Amino acid sequence: MSDNNYGTIVKDGLWEQNVVFAQMLALCPTMAVTTSGTNGLGMGLASTAVLVVSNILVSIIRKTVSDQVRIPVFVVLIATLVTIVDLAMNAWVHELYKVLGLFIALIVVNCAILGRAEAYAVKNGVLASAADGLAMGIGFTGALTVIGLVREFLGSGTLFAQASQMLGPAFAFLEVQIPDYGGALLMILPPGGFAVLGFMLAGKRIIDQKLAARGEAAAAPATA
Amino acid sequence: MSLDTLRDKLGYQPLLLGVVALLASAALAVVSSATAPAIAAAEAKDLRDSLSDVLPAGLADNDFLKDTVDIDRDGKMVTVYRARRGGELQAVLFKVAERGYSGEIQVLMAVDMDGRTLGVRVLKHTETPGLGDKVELRKDDWVLDFNGKSLGDPAPEKWAVKKDNGVFDQFAGATITPRAVVKAVKGGLAFYAARKQDITAGSGS
Repeated sequence: MSDNNYGTIVKDGLWEQNVVFAQMLALCPTMAVTTSGTNGLGMGLASTAVLVVSNILVSIIRKTVSDQVRIPVFVVLIATLVTIVDLAMNAWVHELYKVLGLFIALIVVNCAILGRAEAYAVKNGVLASAADGLAMGIGFTGALTVIGLVREFLGSGTLFAQASQMLGPAFAFLEVQIPDYGGALLMILPPGGFAVLGFMLAGKRIIDQKLAARGEAAAAPATA
Repeated sequence: MSLDTLRDKLGYQPLLLGVVALLASAALAVVSSATAPAIAAAEAKDLRDSLSDVLPAGLADNDFLKDTVDIDRDGKMVTVYRARRGGELQAVLFKVAERGYSGEIQVLMAVDMDGRTLGVRVLKHTETPGLGDKVELRKDDWVLDFNGKSLGDPAPEKWAVKKDNGVFDQFAGATITPRAVVKAVKGGLAFYAARKQDITAGSGS
């Protein structure tokens, strides 16, 4: 894991080690917020910000912190960061906070952040850790947004509803409403979340198997 | 002594934890005091917006956020906001709460001097999305049915959802949520009727 190759970092974050689809971390916030694409995107972006900063800080202090107390130190660090983000957003971007506020506190229970601190930042330099946080965060955001969009599409018949409230009026074009579709309520409720996640995990596995098979086919003649 | 050897000493661990906790508390204290005024202002604005929502436009010309009276209701203090025009009391606004299907439903209501509801809004709830959340105005205009209703109109036994032989609609698949809101509003009107003297007393500031 102490690979400082940025290509690998990005590939790991987006696909190979994707927080949701590969590591299966952060499932609690994932299930809770992916009732719409906008919610997923918002939670993803907020988590990414915290993840990058926490990775940088952990990487900076990694030589000072001893193994025995590193977990409580990281937990305090992450909880402090999240609280600061929560307070700052409440004070200065209150409109956005009203949409996202619920999710900010949820970031504390996002084990992906502690996971990255433990698995990567504590063993790597500041720049690489920042890149890892960013890549993991974007992978997480992508996963949440996709799950959210599928659930929203099947459940409410909309796409990116209320996106303009969160991102500003310029993003109103994202909002799509399918006419004359009542929606399948199940998809908005927790079972729908598990169902969508399950199908996506299966889909990722199929793609990975296809890729692996193609890789073997390509490698076979070369070694022969 | 190098950092590596120092790091494994017993005294180093609690010291490090202590320093980290101290720094974290200091950072939180600074941020908290720096953001407190802005947060208070934003929350006051939110409250003003939601109060203005249930009050018909132009009914009040005072700052009803400042003209309040705290009334004891079954051991709990309820803050009543008083809307005036030209010093004359026009309406009072207060929050009521009732247990819904999954947790408390908070309802804000405005009542005029004759005990008629001017407006009702659900402020906060954790009801099932798609079923119970039709009590929100942006999902359904059901909550507007309360406008103009008073304790005598409809009759007390009709203050219920249709399933319970009342006048208010329930939702397909969700009876408990609207039932709770009806009960909350009825309770609010009864509270106003019982405590009208205390609520309207005093000129306020």
